[in-house]
Amino acid sequence: MNYIGILITYIFISNFILTQFLGLCPFIGVSKNTESAVGMGFAVTFVMSIASVVTWLIYNFVLVPFDLMYLQTIAFILVIASLVQLVEMIIQKISPPLYKALGIFLPLITTNCAVLGIALLNITNQHTILEIFTGGIAAGLGFLLAIVLMSNIRERMDGKPVPKPFKGVPAAFISGGLMALAFMAFDRALLTNLLG
Amino acid sequence: MNKEFTKGVFKDNPIFVLLLGLCPALGVSGQVVNALGMSAGVLFVMLGSNIFVSLLKNFIPPKARIPSYIVIIASFVTIVQMVMEAFAPELYGSLGVFVPLIVVNCVILGRAEAFASRNTLKNSVLDALGMSLGFALGLTLIALVREVLGAGTITLFPVGGFEGIIRIPLLHQAPARIFSLSAGALLVMGLLKAFFNWYSESRRNLS
Repeated sequence: MNYIGILITYIFISNFILTQFLGLCPFIGVSKNTESAVGMGFAVTFVMSIASVVTWLIYNFVLVPFDLMYLQTIAFILVIASLVQLVEMIIQKISPPLYKALGIFLPLITTNCAVLGIALLNITNQHTILEIFTGGIAAGLGFLLAIVLMSNIRERMDGKPVPKPFKGVPAAFISGGLMALAFMAFDRALLTNLLG
Repeated sequence: MNKEFTKGVFKDNPIFVLLLGLCPALGVSGQVVNALGMSAGVLFVMLGSNIFVSLLKNFIPPKARIPSYIVIIASFVTIVQMVMEAFAPELYGSLGVFVPLIVVNCVILGRAEAFASRNTLKNSVLDALGMSLGFALGLTLIALVREVLGAGTITLFPVGGFEGIIRIPLLHQAPARIFSLSAGALLVMGLLKAFFNWYSESRRNLS
């Protein structure tokens, strides 16, 4: 599969949030306003692209040679946790307002299923290292797209007469469901039509 | 009944009230059997991690606590992966990537951090049991709604002569397929959460 194919697949066709339910916690938790959604989206994209490369290297050059494949889950989650710590320190240094806005959710990238998810899916799908890097970025961009769309929807819903039990989270889930329906228009057939 | 146990089931239900562990809640809720398998995995991991964290709470340095908890949880998840692959390969296949992803199930880390690290062993065990029961109930409810409406079936384990699939007449011939698609999962979750909100609100008004 070429790189454009990977990008289209992970951003639209099998969007991590809308079709695979990976990364739902921040999708619901950090999507109240667009600014923090954008920050979270880029932080996740950054962590995902680096994490997918680093975990792939560790798997192929440490775990496989020493026959330690069963340590995969433990090794991956530790790598991701340290990477997130690094990103947190960098953002704190470069942009304190952004750091303040993301607050509690930055450490939560560690427990973002999407990051561990892409690392694990990479191993089963067996790509080359460049394809894996592209896959990581694409999955992150898909996350960014979904969470930014969601935050826009939620900002518009603010102050509208939503029935009380549906206020907040339930309305967010239902909008997410409708978004997933819309994303069903992107399927494999579209990819073949586009790329031949 | 002990309140450490019962709080996880309704008052602090992890899925509908705390909104934790949503990825597996939606990802494996296509069939009831997958929901039950996932619940069993979560029960084992949460029980193990709560016990260990509670026992080790005086030895883990506060600054290194999150990585320590993650290593404890990841070890139990690896055990679940191995056991499931060996004894229930079919279930392991259909749960797929969601088995290793139990590591990042926020319910488990959340309970280790918020409860087991500052409570006694007995209460931590009760907390783990209650929370996983609450998780199991929430997950199974979502799976039941989705599978019944989306496929007209209820898939359970095959026992003896029973093949493990209950077919619901009429619905089975013409199911509302949207519920078995990913969009349906999000819609069902939203509707159930709204129902929970409405229910707890009307309960509060009564008392």
